[in-house]
Amino acid sequence: MSVQIKTIDLEPKRQTFGHIARRLGGDKPATRYQEATLDVQATANFHYKPLWEPEYWLYDTRKTAVVMEDWYKPLDPRQFYYGTYNIARANMQQAVDRNFAFVEERDLLGKAGEAVKARLISGLLPIRHLHWGSNMNMAEICQRGYGTAVTAPCIFSAADQLGMAQIVSRIGLVLDGQSGSSLDAAKEAWLTAPAWQGARRLIEDSFVERDWFRLFVAQTLGVNAVLLDLVYRHGEAAWGTAGLTVAMLTEFMADWRAEEGKWSDVVVKTVAAESPENLALVSQWAKEWIDRAEEAGRPLSVDLVGDESAATAAADAARTRARGLGLTL
Amino acid sequence: MAPKKLGLKQRYAHMTRGLDWETTYQPMDAVFPYDTFEGIKIKDWSAWEDPFRLTMDSYWKFQAEKERKLYAVLDAFAQNNGQTGVSDGRYINVVKLFLTGVSPLEYQAHRGFAFTGRHLRGAGPRIACQMQSLDELRHLQTQIHTISHYNKFFDGIGEFPHMHDRVWYLSVPKSFFDDARAAGPFEFMIAIGFAFEYLLTNLLFVPFMSGAAYNGDMSTVTFGFSAQSDESRHMTLGIEVIKFLLEQHPDNLPIVQKWVDKWFWRGFRVLGLVAMMMDYMLPKKVMSWKEAWEIYFTEAGGSLFQDLERYGLKVPKYADVATEAAEHISHQNWAVFYQYSHAAAFHTWMPDKEHLDWLSEKYPNTFDKYYRPRWEMWAEMEKEGKRFYNPSLPQLCQVCQIPMAYTEPGDPTKIAFRCTEVAGETYHFCSDGCKDIFDAEPEKYIQSWLPVHQIFQGNCGGATVPDVLNWYRMNVGADNMDYVGSPDDRLWSEWHAAKTREAV
Ligand SMILES: [Fe+2]
Ligand SMILES: [Fe+2]
Ligand SMILES: [Zn+2]
Repeated sequence: MSVQIKTIDLEPKRQTFGHIARRLGGDKPATRYQEATLDVQATANFHYKPLWEPEYWLYDTRKTAVVMEDWYKPLDPRQFYYGTYNIARANMQQAVDRNFAFVEERDLLGKAGEAVKARLISGLLPIRHLHWGSNMNMAEICQRGYGTAVTAPCIFSAADQLGMAQIVSRIGLVLDGQSGSSLDAAKEAWLTAPAWQGARRLIEDSFVERDWFRLFVAQTLGVNAVLLDLVYRHGEAAWGTAGLTVAMLTEFMADWRAEEGKWSDVVVKTVAAESPENLALVSQWAKEWIDRAEEAGRPLSVDLVGDESAATAAADAARTRARGLGLTL
Repeated sequence: MAPKKLGLKQRYAHMTRGLDWETTYQPMDAVFPYDTFEGIKIKDWSAWEDPFRLTMDSYWKFQAEKERKLYAVLDAFAQNNGQTGVSDGRYINVVKLFLTGVSPLEYQAHRGFAFTGRHLRGAGPRIACQMQSLDELRHLQTQIHTISHYNKFFDGIGEFPHMHDRVWYLSVPKSFFDDARAAGPFEFMIAIGFAFEYLLTNLLFVPFMSGAAYNGDMSTVTFGFSAQSDESRHMTLGIEVIKFLLEQHPDNLPIVQKWVDKWFWRGFRVLGLVAMMMDYMLPKKVMSWKEAWEIYFTEAGGSLFQDLERYGLKVPKYADVATEAAEHISHQNWAVFYQYSHAAAFHTWMPDKEHLDWLSEKYPNTFDKYYRPRWEMWAEMEKEGKRFYNPSLPQLCQVCQIPMAYTEPGDPTKIAFRCTEVAGETYHFCSDGCKDIFDAEPEKYIQSWLPVHQIFQGNCGGATVPDVLNWYRMNVGADNMDYVGSPDDRLWSEWHAAKTREAV
């Protein structure tokens, strides 16, 4: 037996919006992700050419060399819209706070010893600047890209990169007793230490990339898959006795990589699969940026683990991943 | 000695602008190519005062909590058929106007703040802009989810993005935002951050939300409350931007003043739709447009400009004209929609006697003299079966794109016309304000996608009204025409009859 509350049943005239129904092939109930995403960006009848880029309309498919018949093909497997995105991140952040509390209560970083602390300051903390540069790139793709299916997750990703830069900063503040001195030292390393110059050059070069989808490939398969994975996954040995503590404090990054990677993989795969021309372009871009990221990561790898193995491992994993997406490298 | 602990402000600086660095492998001017051409001079970006201090973790926590609550209300509203509880079926037309006219602007704001969130050289403002970009995406998406339920029952909502890009009166808000987005990053910040979000927000966003509250639209009003804390962040960003620009260099003042003048007038013209909504479309009135203007512009705006006076900034040009026009614009706009009801995606109706009396009371200087007689005449014609429709296509202002129906300042019997000639072509304007905007940037405004011109040029599906409506994806006989006798009206009456039966 069940409890039955009587409610009035009113017959709806239609299930969803016209543009959604046309995509679903009929008037069927749509998800919140679909209604919040599909066809919400303007596509026609723009009034003025931008003063800052008069060669294009505000939203213009010509801002990348790849061509899609429909930019709403690369959908987000996470089905994120603003609400579900924020709730997902707030949940992940709860774990971050618990982990920080755990580490701080037990002074796990303090007990790790001066050598390990110094290692973290020069080897881990500067990555917050790489996250910040990645934030700039994702904001750029959001503003410059075409179709909300791709651009909305990009502003989420930009926020994620800023959030991770701030988690790394918090690690610094734990290390330096909330004085900020470790962050100053790490910034100096980012700007001048040979280990980081490859990474810094790479991200600065990406800042001037005009083709937004090429930038997407550079960021997700170059920066994320090679450089971030190099430090968070393949460089773990560098933290010595603090390895487990660092793993706890960067759990967010590991979870995020796994989750965001699913989305960025679908985007790259779908765009490459559209045509032989797209496949050739995306493959070439992936090869170029993975190679460049490997090159950029070598001195960092040597600094962290004593040889180039972490850079090689990260780049090889990125290549395998790219091949798995149908790219020819 | 223990190291000195950071204060909150310094800590926040480490978490945000401390992440930023001067690039050396690529020149800064190549990394930030757009923030110099407008002529704004920034001596020291580090002087930027963060208008709020949110790190991403607190942003996520705070926003997630609001979203959980909002969606709980939206679900309950749908489950309980909350749409049957609004004041009157006519009210839904406000929701239609909002989703087709305003929500797409939220999207434009989202992408526009992503642009400034990447391309302003200072890291502090960039982060504030990125958070606003996220918020504006939120507003679009939660508005769609809120109104999605109304779309299941009422007409005129289902093609909102398609219509926003095409329908004649929707080119008014669309061109407004295209204009801001086509401008440089600093002008965008003044246009949207300051003029729209700070100066005029209480005349745009708030009337819709108060209207929802007064008319029993529980889902929209819940959205409104939920967005309030976002909006107050947006306001603090807008005011910080203008102060920062004015403090940075005296040469910025004339540029900023020109933008304030322009965006005040541009915004004022868009607000004509809100004026009409408040005075004619809300079954339960919140206040008259004139009252809203007095409170939110004359008084609140007045003290704002008093505060900004120390930077040399003056009250926007033509503020006095706008104040005088507050007596007229709602009546003139509703009259336009009444005449062109066959081409609008929401319903119009003849104000009844009680409504006319309310307008007479709220507009003692003008309503009985100029507008009431016209409504009474048109009501008479309706009674005789000769409901008045205007069969011709109106001429549109080249800048604000509103049909030329506004009158001369000081003479409500005479339609205002202005024009300018550029390269042998004559361009027409509704006002001095719009003409000034054109004359300052003719290369921009000769590009305007004017719906009526486009129809004449054959770019809108054909030469006849049915062709054009078809191209708009307007469901003729359902989306357009008078409320009385519409499918919306029939549905509403059925629900109402069912409710009364149950009550007996
Ligand atoms: Fe908004
Ligand atoms: Fe806003
Ligand atoms: Zn005008």
